[in-house]
Amino acid sequence: MKTTRLRKFHQAKWDEPIIFELTKKGERGLLISEAEKEIKESIGDGISALPDNMKRKEAPGLPEISQMRVLKHYLRLSQQCLGADLNVDIGQGTCTMKYSPKINEILIRSPKVTELHPLQDESTVQGALEIIYKLDTFLREISGLSQFSLQPGGGSSAIFAMASIIRAYHEANGEAEQRDEIITTIFSHPSDAAAAASKGYRISTIFQDKDGLPDVEALKNAVSNKTAGLLITNPEDTGIFNPIITEFTRIIHDAGGLCGYDQANANGILGITRAKEADFDLCFFNLHKTFSSPHGCGGPAVGALGVTERLINYLPVPIVGFDGEKYFLNYNLPRSIGKVRGFLGVFPVILRAYAWIMSLGALGLKEAASIAVLNNNYILNKVKQIHGASAPYAKGRHRIEQVRYSWEKLTEETGISTEEISCRMADFGFHLWSSHHPFIVPQPFTIEPTESYSKDEIDEYISALNEVVKEAYQNPEKVKNSPHNSVVHKIDNSTLDNPEKWAITWRAYLKKNKIKE
Amino acid sequence: MNTKKGSAHPYIPNSAPEVKAKMLKEIGVDDIDELYSDIPETLKFKGNINLPQALPSEYALKRHVEEILSKNQNCEDNLSFLGGGCWQHYVPAICDEINQRSEFLTAYGGEPYEDHGRFQALFEYESLMAELLDMDVVNVPTYDWCQAASTSIRMACRITGRNEILISDTVSPDRLLVINNYCRPIVNIKTLKHCPKTGAIDLNDLKSKISPRTAGVYFENPSYMGFLESQGNALSDIAHENGALSIVGVDPISLGIIVPPNYYGADIVCGDIQGLGVHMNYGGGLAGFIATHDEEKFVMEYPSRLFGITKTAVEGEYGFGDVAYDRTSFGLREKGKEFIGTCSALWGITAGVYLSLMGPEGIQKLGKTIMQKSQYAMKKISEIKGVKAPLFNAPHFKEFIVDFNDTKVPVKEINKSLLKHAIFGGKDLSDDFPQLGNCALYCVTEIHTKKEIDRLVQVLSDVLNRKEIKKRMILK
Repeated sequence: MKTTRLRKFHQAKWDEPIIFELTKKGERGLLISEAEKEIKESIGDGISALPDNMKRKEAPGLPEISQMRVLKHYLRLSQQCLGADLNVDIGQGTCTMKYSPKINEILIRSPKVTELHPLQDESTVQGALEIIYKLDTFLREISGLSQFSLQPGGGSSAIFAMASIIRAYHEANGEAEQRDEIITTIFSHPSDAAAAASKGYRISTIFQDKDGLPDVEALKNAVSNKTAGLLITNPEDTGIFNPIITEFTRIIHDAGGLCGYDQANANGILGITRAKEADFDLCFFNLHKTFSSPHGCGGPAVGALGVTERLINYLPVPIVGFDGEKYFLNYNLPRSIGKVRGFLGVFPVILRAYAWIMSLGALGLKEAASIAVLNNNYILNKVKQIHGASAPYAKGRHRIEQVRYSWEKLTEETGISTEEISCRMADFGFHLWSSHHPFIVPQPFTIEPTESYSKDEIDEYISALNEVVKEAYQNPEKVKNSPHNSVVHKIDNSTLDNPEKWAITWRAYLKKNKIKE
Repeated sequence: MNTKKGSAHPYIPNSAPEVKAKMLKEIGVDDIDELYSDIPETLKFKGNINLPQALPSEYALKRHVEEILSKNQNCEDNLSFLGGGCWQHYVPAICDEINQRSEFLTAYGGEPYEDHGRFQALFEYESLMAELLDMDVVNVPTYDWCQAASTSIRMACRITGRNEILISDTVSPDRLLVINNYCRPIVNIKTLKHCPKTGAIDLNDLKSKISPRTAGVYFENPSYMGFLESQGNALSDIAHENGALSIVGVDPISLGIIVPPNYYGADIVCGDIQGLGVHMNYGGGLAGFIATHDEEKFVMEYPSRLFGITKTAVEGEYGFGDVAYDRTSFGLREKGKEFIGTCSALWGITAGVYLSLMGPEGIQKLGKTIMQKSQYAMKKISEIKGVKAPLFNAPHFKEFIVDFNDTKVPVKEINKSLLKHAIFGGKDLSDDFPQLGNCALYCVTEIHTKKEIDRLVQVLSDVLNRKEIKKRMILK
């Protein structure tokens, strides 16, 4: 049997200065076309129109750098960064780091996309509106819900929009003051709690039972006439599917609340199970995760928000309609919460999701989901064989698209933490994330392989994990002092929580360290 | 899909039948369906999702999407004067070169060890913006200006322990919709009247409305309507005298020539960076910033990621990390500050590239050019009979209101006629601001040539003076 190779990786290390350190007086990165002679003759310097108190007399302290040097600087920084295109990016569980097809990047670079202004006349953006409308109809089919808004700028924004709709719904029924509590679960994303709290809700968090599932008895105790709604993922961040999810939605509905489905973890269940059958009133998908749009270091993104028929009137405006001949913007939603983002949302992300779905079709979506689940259970089987690692909860059962594992035993036996293992994994060109806080699972790590990585790549990741674990037991100092092959060495985090020392900008750094430029 | 034919979809390597079989065997199951055994039959979706026929061929997909996109007309093939929160500026080639890099495009949650470059690039973005804004703290971008303003407002409420905000009534209707939803039911938003002559906030109205409940006064420079609020000092002073904060929304591209809000007392500054090297993208290019002074009571109220610079185990090496991570909802769930998630980071990196290229002189010259061209446009437009620009008697930056009231021709009809000449006229304000009557918001930037401005003026005057507008459309 072929042994999987352990890559002799070394991250690019350019020792690149901070951009301000590159400044050379008189250098220029870009020249601006000046106003034409006739304009100057007619208007003068233009700045004289400003009252004296509004004129900036000293130029902002930006660096002066020639063009190629700017390019080189940022190219070098990019090389010191591992995206999914380079990494076997399966160690960032919950984030669905799948392949973002390059054809979609070509499509979004079309001037027919980049040079559209969001206030153009509807007749001039029929193509864009058609994409938005059709993606909406695709998502309706995938979820079973009735209408989508593609306006929210990310998953958390979509959660906030769901909480806003829940509130507006209860306001319409005269119950908004009374229903001041949202229920979520500890293995749902932190934003399910935080965005709802930002909407003014008190949060009741259901913890897991011994099987890792949210405790239905705790839910029964939590609901009351104060319950406004439920915000929940399924499968949760453990990758365990809650088989009695309809009991959860029934309990909430019986109490008069609405149920919002955080579908950030939908990648393993596309075409398998839907929001509709589980009786959800609202849901959202992350187009930048499940539907392949790249993460861009953290956005731009879209949280596509879906609702059942009775909640359509509450959606953010506008939604896109079609009258049989032309597409149009529909602002006529009488109970609309208003808006959650400027204009219509992030169109390039919408376009990529549309293209991804069109490439795969119904069978392809289901295949993507199935293979994501296959990959995940393949890894689960491998990790269970790693000494010191475990997969808490749901013993002997399969998982959906990810697993939250634990290094608890390894930490007990070696003193090596998840964080230290992650640092050492960086030496092999891999990323390994822990978990959202709080760490319910001790020394957690979360792996979600998606459908995008080949078996060989997965094996390579596992062999690096095995190597690091071997070192943890045999040569723990090597792991503790890692990374060794990365851009930088162990970071001193002590200044980052200290107001006297933290430096969020270069100018603050110079001031606090009394450095003169 | 396609497994029966034995070919895997290019995006799904392990759908290759042999690989799939091997993996299944290793797990010890016969069929992938077994892996879904936790999902009850009643919840399983029977049949196939109703979607159009797939286009697995990359070429077919490209043709299909391009055909739909070809129905769009854009601001390159047409002459556009649209602004109102999304602006057509020149995007330097290097901005696209960098934000299209696989490393940045497909990175996300790596630690500072795997993603040192992402942390440094965003730290530098914060730092470059800080110079433009003359503030010491800037966040990793949030969704857009609407969100940045909303969060600035919520921060002000937490900092002051109060829950009322006074806001200029000239802000963009879109922004106000977002702010209102984001603040409801926690914060009361009250609007302030503007002076009908200058557009500036009516100081007497502010004085009569400000109270010990007021957490902050929010205004913009330039305003949505393009005029400058030149009495920033007075507004900030009134806010501060009443224990409230001064919150200012600003277009950062103006700050080469116009003083940053810090100069007139702003405590929290916010705005959008789309103009700084990001294409309009039908509104998808928006990204918001928030800036404050480096005081703990301000920093600890940000919901955003704040990347800071620090040391490493090796002398002289820069490292980066999250400043005060535990204030965020990642750290504390509902007890964190608002919430944080994926926002608009790639546009932050892009804006950093833009500011590095522009340098101090570039950003000044750009501001000057925009001032000259927009003033030229206002002057020329005002030469058309019955048309006045700007509506407000105040200095303007980049945008201005064109007053068509005296022409008696609705903006809607004017814009329809302009469109026939491949011109996107300014945004019609008659629905959003009925008190202004028949007005439009025009935007002129460095990309507009004299020839193009002259063409607009020529077509506008033709449209208004000749027979292009049918009589029945004329306002009574």
